[in-house]
Amino acid sequence: MTYLLYSQKEIPTGLRKVLYLSWPLIILIASVASIGFLMLYSIAGGTLDTWAWPQMQRFGVGMVLLFIVAMVPIWFWRSMSVAAYVFAFFLLLVVQFFGTVGMGAQRWIDLGFFRLQPSEMMKFTLVMVLAAYYGRLDPRLVSRPLYVLVPVLLIVTPTVLVLMQPNLGTSLMLILAGATVMFAAGVSLWYFGAVFALGVSAIVGVFTLRGTPWQFLHDYQYKRIDTFLDPTADPLGAGYNIIQANIALGSGGWSGKGFMQGTQSRLNFLPEKHTDFIFTTLAEEFGFVGGFSILCLYAAILGFCLFAALRNRDRFSALLIIGVAANFFFYIAVNLSMVMGMVPVVGVPLPLLSYGGSAMMVLLVGFGLVQSAHVHRPR
Amino acid sequence: MKLSPRLAEESNQKLNRRALLLGGAMGAMFAVLGGRMRYLQVDQADALQLLAEENRIAIRLIPPARGLILDRNGKLIGGNEQNYRVLITRESAGDVELVLKRLASLIPLTEDDLAQTLKEVKSLNPFVPVTVAERLSWTDFSKIALNAPSLPGVVPEVGLSRHYPLDYDFAHVVGYVGPVSEKDLAEIDGPDPLLSIPKFQIGKIGVERWLEDDLRGLAGTKRIEVNSAGRVMRELDREEGLAGTDIRLTIDADVQNFAQARLGEESAAVVVMDVTNGDIICCASAPSFDPNLFVRGISFAEYNALTENDHRPLANKAVSGAYPPGSTFKVVTALAALDAGATTAEDKVSCPGFIEFSGTKFHCWKHGGHGRVKLQRSLAESCDVYYYDMAQKVGIDKIAEMGRKLGLGQRHDLPMSAIATAAMPDKAWKLEKYKKDWRIGDTINASIGQGYVLASPLQLAVMTARIASGLAVVPRLVRAIGDQEVPIGEVLPLDIAVEHLAAVRDGMNAVVNSDQGTGKSSRIVEPTMAMAGKTGTSQVRNISAAERETGVVANDDLPWNRRDHALFVGFAPYDAPRYAVAVVVEHGGGGALAAAPIARDVILRALYGGLPPLEAYPESQRGRIDTMLKELPLRDPVTGMAPVRTKA
Repeated sequence: MTYLLYSQKEIPTGLRKVLYLSWPLIILIASVASIGFLMLYSIAGGTLDTWAWPQMQRFGVGMVLLFIVAMVPIWFWRSMSVAAYVFAFFLLLVVQFFGTVGMGAQRWIDLGFFRLQPSEMMKFTLVMVLAAYYGRLDPRLVSRPLYVLVPVLLIVTPTVLVLMQPNLGTSLMLILAGATVMFAAGVSLWYFGAVFALGVSAIVGVFTLRGTPWQFLHDYQYKRIDTFLDPTADPLGAGYNIIQANIALGSGGWSGKGFMQGTQSRLNFLPEKHTDFIFTTLAEEFGFVGGFSILCLYAAILGFCLFAALRNRDRFSALLIIGVAANFFFYIAVNLSMVMGMVPVVGVPLPLLSYGGSAMMVLLVGFGLVQSAHVHRPR
Repeated sequence: MKLSPRLAEESNQKLNRRALLLGGAMGAMFAVLGGRMRYLQVDQADALQLLAEENRIAIRLIPPARGLILDRNGKLIGGNEQNYRVLITRESAGDVELVLKRLASLIPLTEDDLAQTLKEVKSLNPFVPVTVAERLSWTDFSKIALNAPSLPGVVPEVGLSRHYPLDYDFAHVVGYVGPVSEKDLAEIDGPDPLLSIPKFQIGKIGVERWLEDDLRGLAGTKRIEVNSAGRVMRELDREEGLAGTDIRLTIDADVQNFAQARLGEESAAVVVMDVTNGDIICCASAPSFDPNLFVRGISFAEYNALTENDHRPLANKAVSGAYPPGSTFKVVTALAALDAGATTAEDKVSCPGFIEFSGTKFHCWKHGGHGRVKLQRSLAESCDVYYYDMAQKVGIDKIAEMGRKLGLGQRHDLPMSAIATAAMPDKAWKLEKYKKDWRIGDTINASIGQGYVLASPLQLAVMTARIASGLAVVPRLVRAIGDQEVPIGEVLPLDIAVEHLAAVRDGMNAVVNSDQGTGKSSRIVEPTMAMAGKTGTSQVRNISAAERETGVVANDDLPWNRRDHALFVGFAPYDAPRYAVAVVVEHGGGGALAAAPIARDVILRALYGGLPPLEAYPESQRGRIDTMLKELPLRDPVTGMAPVRTKA
C-alpha cells in the first residue's frame, strides 16, 4: 500500500498492539484529567453532579476513542488526512452560514448528544494534512517558495474562517500549530524571520494608527489590550478577571489553602472558574506546589511526545506527533500566561483540566493519533 | 516517493534537530511560566492573600439595644419593644406574587403594601430579604410561622424597635426617635458607623435627642464571609456591642399623667418643681401627640392634622412657649422695690384706678381703684397702680436684675428641644434689639408683666421655686444616667434679703388664702398643705381708649385666639415649701378661673402622691371636684393603659 507498510519489518497485530502503546503517556494523561475531576468537584462545592461527573463521562468516551484511533494503523490515517481536512473545512463553511450562535462566539453543529465544533476538528486535521504534505514532499524542496505557499494556504484559509466566527483563541492555535509543523519539517528560518518582522511591524502599525481613521481594530479591541496592559485601571470592569485570578493564585501561597478551601473560587470572585480559569482554583487550593506539579506533568507529557517523535523514522508520523504536541503545548502556554496575567484574556481552555466536552474529545483523539504513530512506527 | 537512504537519514536528522529545538523552546516557556508562578505565589503571596481576605470578609454592625428612659421611680417611659416582622426573599420564594397573595390571606396587608413590597423585591438582588410588614401581632406572627411550609422565602423575624408606653404623656419631654437623615449626619461630628445602618433610628427631639450619646450604646460587630455578589455565606465571629445607658428622669410619671389629663384639650402647660433641689416633677404641655406615630413613620394626613391644629400639639409649651407673665410678674417688681429700699412691706400707695405719666393714663384693672394699698394687699388683689408706682421709683434696670436673679430671661439648660430664653428686658436690651431708647411707658408695662417681658412656664416655675425656698435652685430633668446619679450641685441661698422674700410670700399667701384674694377660689383647706401663689392674666391685644369707654368686651365674647392668657404660679405647703407650680393656659381667660384650679389639682397630686382627697378642697367645691376628678382620663395604675381618646 504505502512505503511505510512495505518498510515495516514487523507489523504488530491484535493484542500485541496494546503492549506497544506508550503507557506512560496514557497514565500521565489520566493523572492530569483526574486532578481536573477533583478540581471540578471542589469548585462545585463538593458535588459530583455539577461538573465532575459529566467531565468523567466525556473523558471515558474520549479514552475509548483514543484506543480505537491508536489501534488503527497510522497509514490508514495518513491516507485519510486530505479527506478529513476537506471534511472539516466543509463543516467550517456550514457553520459559517448555518451554524448556531451561542456563548458569544463559538459555533457548533448540534448532533443531539454532542455539540461538534468544526474549529476543534480543524486543529488536528490541519496538523494531519500538513504532516501528510511534508511526508510526501521531497525534503530538498521544502523551502522553495511555491512549496511553502501550499501549506501557508492550508493554514490560512481555515484560520480566516475561524477568525470570522469570531474565535481569536482557536485561530491563533491553528496558526501556531501549523507554523510549528512547518518549522519541524525544515522550512528555512528566513521565512519565519520574515513573518516575525511582518508581525512586529503590524503591531507597531496597529498602535501608531490608533485614533486615526485608518485604525485596524475596533475601539473595544483596543480597550481590551489596554486592560491587559493595566488591569487596575478598570478593576470592576474588564480588568476584574485578571485581578481576581492573580489574587486567587497569589493567596494560594506555597502550599495552598487546602482542598475545597479556596475562598476566591468558592465565593464566586473568580470568573470562568471551572473552564478557562480552572488553574487559578488549583493554584489557590494547592499553592505553588500544586501548580508546579501540574506544570511538571504537562512537561512530562510533552517530553514523551517529543521522544516518540525523535524515535519515529517516518516523517509523517514524527510531524504528526510534533503537531499534536505543539497544539497541546500552545494551549497550556497561552492559558497559563493568560491566567497569570502575562497575555491578554483570550478564550483558551487548559487542556485536560478545563470543563468542556468538545476540546477534551478532540484532544484525546489527537493523542490517539500519537499512539497510533507510536505503535505502528517503523522498526 | 522513495528517497535514497542517505537523503532519508539527512532529512530525519534535520527533523530531529528541529524537534529538539522545539523541545528546548517549550522547556524555556515552561521555565518562564514556573517563574511567574513562583513570583505570584511566593514573592507576592502575602500581599495577594490580604486582598483575598478583603474580598471575602465583610464587617457588619450589630445595633445595640437603646437605653431605657425611666421616670423618677423607675417606671418605663421609653423602651424597646419586640417587633415582629415578616421578610421575603425572592430567590427562595420563587413566585413572589403568589406567596404574597397567600400571605395577605393570613395577615392584614393592603394593596399598597403588596405593591410596595413587590417593587422593592424586584429592584434588589434576589437573595436580599425585603420587609413585608412590621409590628405584627403575636397572633399574626404565629399564623405565619404555622403556615411556613406553604410560604417559601417568607421569614418571620423578631427585632427591637422603640416604643413609648406612656405615649401622650411624655411626647414633649422625651421626644421620639426616627431614621437618620442627611441633616442629622451633617450635624454630628465624627459620625458613629451605626448611623450608616439603613433605617437606624436616633433621637430626633427631647431627651431622646439630647442624651442620644448615652442612649445609643456601642455597636457590636460581626465578621461575615460574603461572596462576590455580596451574599452572606456564614458568620465567622461576632463581638457583642454595649447596650445604651438607661436614663432616669426626675419626672414622676403619675403626676405627669395626672397633669396631662387635667390640662385636657386646653392649649396649656404646667411645670411642677421641687423647690429644694430643682427636680422637675412634672412638665406637661397640651394638647399632646403620640410619639409612637413618629417611630412607625407618621402618615402625611396624621402629620398634617398635627401641624394644622391651632392648639399646636407639637409645641412643647412648657419650655418653648414665651408668654407675657402678666400679674405673676408683680412678685418680681415687688422684690425689686423692697431690695432697692424704695418701699417697705408696710408703705402704702394710693390707687385711684389709674396713674398718669407724661400725659398718658395707665389704668388699674379695677375700675375706680383699690384706695390705699400696702404690699400684701397689692399682691392679694393684684393692684396695678401700686406696681406702676414702684416701677417708676426703682426703674427697669433694677427690676430686670431681680428678674434675672429669679431665672427670667435665662435659658435653663435641660435636655429638651427648643428651650425658650424668652425676655427680661432692660434699657440696654431694647437699645440693642430695637435701636430705640427705653421709655417710662415701657417700665410701667413691664412692672405688671406686659410689654416686652416674656417668660416660659419653666422659667415661672423656677422663679416661684426660688422665692419659695430662698435658694438659687437650678432645674434638673435627669436624675441618673445609668447607675451614675446626676449631682444636684451646691444650691446657694439667693442674694435677696430673707425678710423681703417673706413679705412677698406673705402677699402670695393672701392671694389664695385671704377673702379678698384673687385666687381664693383655688384655696387648699387642709392647713398643712396650704398653697400660696399669684394669678396672672396677660393681654394678647391692646385695649383701646374707646373700648375702655364703652366697656371692655368680655373674654367669652372674643374669638379664642384673641382671649387673654391665664397664668398662675404657686407653691405649697406655705409653711414648709415643697413644690412650686406654674400654669399657663393659652387664651384661657382669667388666671384665677382658668389656671389656678389646675395648679391646685396638680400640686395636690404631687403632694399626696395619689389622687387628691376631697378634704383638701373647700366644702362648697367638693361635689364639682369629685365629678371632675372621677372623669379625668387617667391611666390605669396596673395596666398603664389610657382611656381611648376621642380626638388628638
